Amino acid sequence: MYTAQMRELIKKVEKTRPERLGVDFPRMTPEEREAVLSEYHPDYSDKGFRNIKVGVNKEAKLPKELADLIEAKSRLEKEKIDLNQIDYDVDVLIIGGGGSGAAAALEAKNNGAEVLIATKLRFGDANTMMAEGGIQAADKEDDSPARHYIDVIGGGHYGNKPELVHALVNDAPGIIHWLESLGVMFDKTEDGTMVTTHGGGTSRKRMHAAADYSGAEIMRTLRDEVHNKGVEVTEFSPAVELLLDSDGKAAGAVLYNLETEEYCVVRAKTVILATGGAGRLHYQGFPTSNHHGATADGLVMGYRAGAELIFADTIQYHPTGVAFPLQIFGALVTEKVRSLGATPINIDGEQFVFPLETRDVEAAAIIRECYGRHKGIKTSTGSLGVWLDTPLIELIHGKGTIEKRLPAMYRQYKRFGIDMGTEPILVYPTLHYQNGGLLINEHGQTKVENLYVVGEAAGGIHGRNRLMGNSLLDILVFGRRAGIHASQKTKDITVKELSLEHVDFYHKSLSENAVQTDRVSPMLLPHYTHGREA
Amino acid sequence: MSEKEMVNVYILGKKYSVPSSLTIMDAMEYAGYQLTRGCGCRSGFCGACATIYRIKGEKELKVSLACQSKVEDEMYLTQLPFFPGDKQRYDVDELEPTAETIGKFYPEIYSCIGCNSCTNGCPQDLNVMQYIGYSQRGDLEKCAHESFDCLMCGICASRCPAGITHYQVGLLARRLTGKYIAPPSMHLANRVEEIKEGKFDTELEELMNMTTEQLKEAYNSRNIEK
Repeated sequence: MYTAQMRELIKKVEKTRPERLGVDFPRMTPEEREAVLSEYHPDYSDKGFRNIKVGVNKEAKLPKELADLIEAKSRLEKEKIDLNQIDYDVDVLIIGGGGSGAAAALEAKNNGAEVLIATKLRFGDANTMMAEGGIQAADKEDDSPARHYIDVIGGGHYGNKPELVHALVNDAPGIIHWLESLGVMFDKTEDGTMVTTHGGGTSRKRMHAAADYSGAEIMRTLRDEVHNKGVEVTEFSPAVELLLDSDGKAAGAVLYNLETEEYCVVRAKTVILATGGAGRLHYQGFPTSNHHGATADGLVMGYRAGAELIFADTIQYHPTGVAFPLQIFGALVTEKVRSLGATPINIDGEQFVFPLETRDVEAAAIIRECYGRHKGIKTSTGSLGVWLDTPLIELIHGKGTIEKRLPAMYRQYKRFGIDMGTEPILVYPTLHYQNGGLLINEHGQTKVENLYVVGEAAGGIHGRNRLMGNSLLDILVFGRRAGIHASQKTKDITVKELSLEHVDFYHKSLSENAVQTDRVSPMLLPHYTHGREA
Repeated sequence: MSEKEMVNVYILGKKYSVPSSLTIMDAMEYAGYQLTRGCGCRSGFCGACATIYRIKGEKELKVSLACQSKVEDEMYLTQLPFFPGDKQRYDVDELEPTAETIGKFYPEIYSCIGCNSCTNGCPQDLNVMQYIGYSQRGDLEKCAHESFDCLMCGICASRCPAGITHYQVGLLARRLTGKYIAPPSMHLANRVEEIKEGKFDTELEELMNMTTEQLKEAYNSRNIEK
């Protein structure tokens, strides 16, 4: 419920609404985009970063919170793990139970491999489940994979790996087709035409959706299929360290049962890291839209084993996180809200940015409006936000559109007494996605033999900024590719003796490089107290 | 922070004093829990934090998602982090979108006594009994749409005297609808065929070999659909 003061401010938004309806706010020029990014995007400020002193990317710049986990010791430093006592012996070990892990599992199983999925929380507790807006694929007549390619690489500031972008855009229609064959309920018209919209930075309307439960619809379908195929899944069992064999090839992992607090050893011929993102590290103090387990575990374990990081200093702040009410602070307001016509508005009721700039530019423009131009709205939590004029959606597309096409958003606000069909909502950027990660090739392979990385933990696909709808896509493109490749490869692999020597080596390297710490990582779970100490 | 308004909640029967502004999930953390069970997406999408509660002095049991609901004074609460509901295995390629299919895997839908406990227990306010009714009659499309916003939290099944695992019935109906009942997308099938034939290979190859300057030019001059 809005306060009386907020209700007064809403009147200004209502007053200008008729003038704004149907009028296009101009897009920024390339120069304007550069300017707002360099001055206001959190990635471009030095204060949130430091250079790391160890490992393959020694001297690289990382967010401080991630650097702390990279420069930390193994949870196994003082544990005695008997690597001869094998608890699971499989062909392909998949670490992580989100969309990319599930896709990899289905392909590997289909290839005849013995597969184990080990996941930290429940199977499906992942950012995939929370993806709302949709998934990109160039499948309409006036669109093409080439157009998609240009959007991806321009949005990513030209740093993307070309072979990864090629795989992403060229596999995309096939991915939608695969999902359709599994029974995912995409939004379609009566003749089967996909209902598609724009996302920030797209040149064609190629965002496919299942209302605003797009990720949930995909995740629950994949999870069901994984169960149908009889893949073994062990939940509440995060990996805490990768295992290599005596040749230095990936060969399994040590898992930790969160409930019995026991370790167990998995031997595998190939390992696919699908551990997801890092939002729960709260870079630069931002709230996050990520799920409870997004603590960068895969980056830490993969890096210790010798895999290379790329673009790990580029973080996506989703332009529109919830700024009010407090109870859902930082939760996602899907970009689809803007795709359908809602626009950001300042305290004076003025629009100040084109609603569908790429995410980094849109977020920076909102930060500038609040802190550079001082035209934000102060919420009862003391933080600032801007209006997102959601009633425009109903004016453009008709009454009831929000409830029909954005049921999750509608419900989220309704629970707290706000009707986004008639009242604008308050938003501010929220920590949403790691654009980079562990570098892969087009099969999902890293430079560590037999170690694959897929999903948000992988890097190189999106360059320095990912577009909306390309994450649900990439997890499936590279999840499937890695699942196929990693299972095929098992046929020629004999695992030698399991080893944790790389961890000892990493510890030595920490002390050689004067990193003195008692921190341990991976973090596994965040720890919140909500101001109890205050 | 002494001016914070506090309320009493009883987590698994144990009393804690917590700020009234917190969600149930945050209140548990405030009380000292580090959550593993009963906590997933923290945004109302995953169904991990289904919570059953009763306010002291009242008789009625209520349900909510811990991450999407504020605490209330004198709230007795417990969570349902897991429910051992029945999930049947099937090959979706071998099925037909009929009442018989649903009835074969989940025959207990026909034991529904119409008590409506499932609907009363849904934290998403879905009409659960209604979608089970649709499934009984073989109207899978209606069942699919009515159950679409389901988070599979399991509260419905936990309350059902007939032993129905409603959320699995809904999921099967949705998959059958998405695969067999919804019209196939022809433009999608055509595009998949074109890609297979290599229609875009040359163009993509050219893009991959472009310099950054050439790509910038292509990006900044690209035609954008209205």
